Amino acid sequence: MIQADLNVILPEMILAVYAMLALLFAVYSSKDKLAPLLIWTTSGLMALLALWIAGSGSGTNVAFGGMFVDDGFARFAKVTILLSAAAVLVMGQDYMAQRGMLRFEYPLLVSLSVVGMMMMVSAGDLMSLYMGLELQSLALYVVASMRRDSVKSTEAGLKYFVLGALSSGLLLYGASLVYGFAGTTKFEGIIQVAQHGEVSVGLLFGIVFLIAGLAFKVSAVPFHMWTPDVYEGAPTPVTAFFASAPKMAAMGLFARVMHDAFGNAVADWSQILAMLSLASMFLGAVAAIGQTNIKRLMAYSSISHMGFALMGLASGTAFGVQAMLIYMAIYVTMNIGTFAFILMMEKDGKPVTDIASLNLLSRREPGKALAMLVLLFSLAGVPPMLGFFGKFYVLRAAYDGGLAWLAIAGVVASVIGAFYYLRIVYYMYFGEEGEELDRNSSPVLWGFLMASAAVMVLGIINMFGVEGAAAAAAATLVN
Amino acid sequence: MSVFAFYLFAISAVTGGLFTVISRQPVHSVLWLILAFLSSAGLFVLLGAEFVAMLLIIVYVGAVMVLFLFVVMMLDVDFAELKAEMAKFMPLALLIGVIILMQMVMAYGAWESAHGASELLAQPIPTDRHNTEALGLILYDEYFLLFQLSGLILLVAMIGAIVLTLRHRKDIKRQDILAQMFRDPAKAMELKDVKPGQGL
Repeated sequence: MIQADLNVILPEMILAVYAMLALLFAVYSSKDKLAPLLIWTTSGLMALLALWIAGSGSGTNVAFGGMFVDDGFARFAKVTILLSAAAVLVMGQDYMAQRGMLRFEYPLLVSLSVVGMMMMVSAGDLMSLYMGLELQSLALYVVASMRRDSVKSTEAGLKYFVLGALSSGLLLYGASLVYGFAGTTKFEGIIQVAQHGEVSVGLLFGIVFLIAGLAFKVSAVPFHMWTPDVYEGAPTPVTAFFASAPKMAAMGLFARVMHDAFGNAVADWSQILAMLSLASMFLGAVAAIGQTNIKRLMAYSSISHMGFALMGLASGTAFGVQAMLIYMAIYVTMNIGTFAFILMMEKDGKPVTDIASLNLLSRREPGKALAMLVLLFSLAGVPPMLGFFGKFYVLRAAYDGGLAWLAIAGVVASVIGAFYYLRIVYYMYFGEEGEELDRNSSPVLWGFLMASAAVMVLGIINMFGVEGAAAAAAATLVN
Repeated sequence: MSVFAFYLFAISAVTGGLFTVISRQPVHSVLWLILAFLSSAGLFVLLGAEFVAMLLIIVYVGAVMVLFLFVVMMLDVDFAELKAEMAKFMPLALLIGVIILMQMVMAYGAWESAHGASELLAQPIPTDRHNTEALGLILYDEYFLLFQLSGLILLVAMIGAIVLTLRHRKDIKRQDILAQMFRDPAKAMELKDVKPGQGL
């Protein structure tokens, strides 16, 4: 029995064992000098695992008595998580090396956190859910304060840690209420128990607390307060990581809990998610307008995007989950490109995050400016770009799910949000003459920026088959 | 007899908890907390969960509380000032507390477990083996995955503590054990033949 179980969690095991072996090896050899090599091996391994998971098996495998579920949904989420984490690791290498932050623990903490994320999206039990969540968050708290001689970075880590602990408390409280109601922590047990008769107050209370804890992890309003500070304070490569893989993992976990455990109470949680989605979309769109720091702006942008992804989930249908998966895959790709651009923003070798420094970038570096323009249009959801299709899917899911008002609100919010993306485009193309940025073109970052922009344009042909994969993945979760 | 013991432990646990919160001296708070832990350990023994009781004493009273005492004594926190700060937010905090309390009362008033949940919840105490053995069997068998995951979480915590606090200083002398071991008298000592009356 144990052999079969271990086969199911083989990808997670390989990554975890790799992280531990690499840690031992690095400690007993040349330590931080090994970091660039470790970054490449780690992201290489992640990419290989992603390919393997994408190509491997079909169907649903359950291990450890239902605590770990490996189905199409989990595989889709894992591939996205692994690929984005691999990309972000490689992107941040130069930035961290130049600033003396490249320590050999960084790639290893990231890979352990990815193990946690993979556990999260495969969780089949409230306990394994919590364990995966803690594993990923704890590693994230540490990498957030990686730049320990900077007050802002330390503050970011501490703030993230304290608020994260609070949200874990909420989540655990909700989990204990659900356990008290259902008598089991297994999702399949909870969904069976909830089938008989109406949803009781206890279960509802539990769901509310669980949602509050999870909403913190996806930074949905009103649990978003940490996001701008953490995004601003953390080193930029770490911010890029925050904005990609953990978001996918948390949304995956959200969908998994809502459908696997509470699939019989859709009416009860869908209204809560709809309110979270509405508040996130609007707050993200409005609060970003006044920002001058591009990292803070991306934080509000991510809040708003999470609102859209939650809209897909709020519809409570299989199509909604499919729309959410497509949205997240596109969002992660856009973010990788955008952060590749932000990582290249330097002046006299120092990182710049002021939006005004982008003045008239198009005259100096037309290629980069054009790629960024495509990405910003895509982030805003302007029609020919891929980002529009992501928004289109979630809006349609909300409309089909009977949440027409939410879909209309989503359109309004995305129009408001378009303002601040277009403002950056305005600066780049029609701004005033100002201080110039360095002509930094690291080939790796440039490659990621261009590739991501190209995906946004070329993806409109067939979305690289993501649509079908997401549909298959959603079908395994919602039935 | 066991009823008497139960009330004894229960009352001392509640008293300990209460005085932890209201005592003025932080060190006293810690001591009261130890009392609360000890009494809850007693309650666990009454329930037949000796292993958990021992864990509570060894881990919480033995290790955690001693650490707490150290922290309280080493950090020079002015608790009177903190309390004055707290008084400012007291009305709002009270309001929120009362609202949450009322919600809880409402929730538990209408509480009903799912049909058949109570049978699922009840785990009979195994009669044929010890508590410790039964726990071990569950932990290493049914919850094997979670057990390993918690190990990983602790590993991350350890790496994190080292990453965030360890500083390699170049200007200090370190002990090189290998170099020490490869020293022999021929390398380490220089023999001088001192002639009487001449000095070195």
